[in-house]
Amino acid sequence: MTAVAAGVAFAFLLLPLVAIFLRVPIGELFHAFGTPVFQDALWVSLKTSLIAHVAVLLFGTPTAYLLARKRFFGRSALITLVELPLVLPPAVAGIALLAAFGRFGLLGDEQDALGISIGFTQTAVILAVAFVESPFYVRGAIAAFEGVDENLISAARTLGAGPWRVFGRIALPLAAGGLGAASALALARGLGEFGATLIFAGSLQGVTQTLPLAIYAQLDEDFNVALAISALFILVGAAILIGLKVFTWARLGSISRFRLVASTSK
Amino acid sequence: MGTARLDLKVPTRSFDVEVALDVAAAETVALVGPSGAGKTTVLRAIAGLAKPTSRFVAANGEVWFDSDRSIDRRPEERAVGYVFQEYALFPHLSVERNVGFAGGDPGDLLDRLGIGDLAKAKPTELSGGERQRVALARALARKPHVLLLDEPMAALDPHTRGRVRAELRALLHELGLPSILVTHDFVDAAALADRIAVLVEGRIVQTGTAEELIASPATPFVAELAGGNLLTGNARVRVDGLTEVVLDSGVTIVSTDEANGPVGVVIHPWEIAISRAETADSVQNRLRASIESIVPVGNRRRVRIGPLTAEITAASAERLELKEHELVVAEFKATATRLTRLS
Repeated sequence: MTAVAAGVAFAFLLLPLVAIFLRVPIGELFHAFGTPVFQDALWVSLKTSLIAHVAVLLFGTPTAYLLARKRFFGRSALITLVELPLVLPPAVAGIALLAAFGRFGLLGDEQDALGISIGFTQTAVILAVAFVESPFYVRGAIAAFEGVDENLISAARTLGAGPWRVFGRIALPLAAGGLGAASALALARGLGEFGATLIFAGSLQGVTQTLPLAIYAQLDEDFNVALAISALFILVGAAILIGLKVFTWARLGSISRFRLVASTSK
Repeated sequence: MGTARLDLKVPTRSFDVEVALDVAAAETVALVGPSGAGKTTVLRAIAGLAKPTSRFVAANGEVWFDSDRSIDRRPEERAVGYVFQEYALFPHLSVERNVGFAGGDPGDLLDRLGIGDLAKAKPTELSGGERQRVALARALARKPHVLLLDEPMAALDPHTRGRVRAELRALLHELGLPSILVTHDFVDAAALADRIAVLVEGRIVQTGTAEELIASPATPFVAELAGGNLLTGNARVRVDGLTEVVLDSGVTIVSTDEANGPVGVVIHPWEIAISRAETADSVQNRLRASIESIVPVGNRRRVRIGPLTAEITAASAERLELKEHELVVAEFKATATRLTRLS
């Protein structure tokens, strides 16, 4: 019985993925990669994802460290707040961003005064991507920092290291594995961002049309391009997951080797 | 190096840890007690890792904490040499970089502790004894005013313990630093420290040399910790000046200590003689019971007789042909029978 259920589940999950590769001939795939729509979308996606991701790492890492290490009133509330975008529909995130940064939003007048407008620009794409992917990173990063032995932090302090040195020399290197994994998952999520971007930034080819938006736009125009982009996403996603697995195995392998050495040398 | 002085009150979840202690230069004081007594809390408060509510910590004339004057230096501003439980070596750094973390050239310290050839090794590749030396070298690289050692022997195998203990003892003498050592093992404390402070639920119940604690324990806990037999009974001073104790088992023994009412009776294993038949000599106290176990400890045998543990030489045990379940007489003098009041 369980085998049948598992078989149905696997078939259900795999069939659509396989179908994409069966529907589009390899030649068409490369042809699609040459179209302006694809190339524009790829460029927009890479640029916005990269900037958003760097920003998420720069702000998210210290935030996660703080939330992992310090015990203060309201800590749980803050963690819940950070995790909230995880459970929101992307459309809600888009509306929320519009309400805050849109032309008629909370900070609309300030933008007018400065003579700028965020809505429906690449900046909007970056904000949407950062908003949606940051909880993925911060959650993983908190867990990574919490995994660092408190005594090592204390030892570093008694050896004369101030907070920055403790962070840079002890906490960051020891949490690096977990941070890397969280970063990869967040990046993948950011690349796939659709709903919030569509609502907050629109889908303007060459400006705000990212790869997922291009899939949607090409549904009626050229189905093969939509299929090609989808195929690309499957390959990149699989590569990220396999990379993480290999990385984890390598780490666990090296740890168990260390254990063996430690126990035999006693 | 000058004295380390502390007078601390540190709140913990279940009780306040209140400890006042002066540790002279070149003196090693052991804080001994059951787990959860607050031993590590004392070390953490000295290092600035735990926050006391009062009163002060000073080392080598430098005030690190003074609640009256609102002085509270951060951990990185206190020159402590802290050897953590399980050593807390940085796993991603080589021995050399661990020791060099506090700054300065680690080479001399590595050589001094005999681990120069391990400079490039990672902590995970070291044995327990080697890790301890790396932790000591790293703590000393801080040029500390006080050395804090948290259970330095706990992570060691039983068969390396003796050697490492002797090495650590020699090193502590050579360093001339005020040192505070935390351990739950009285033998380690007796071997390594000049003075032992027994900590129970955050309070020091007795301070003294190992000999003093063994000879006149202030509480039953100290007696048990120091390794004596502990029986309980009711004491009454007799007209002849001796104290008669009716043990809970009903047997009556006498002691030269004066006490009335409920008491703990402490007899050291090496004060107990074993004989096959009751002899007519000066020994006042005799307990007849069967042998429960005979355990070899080096050239001695620890023999469990009823409620008592006796320690006799292996030669004597052989001569008497002692076997388990045999009925024998345990004898001990009234002068070797210590009484502590139970309140």
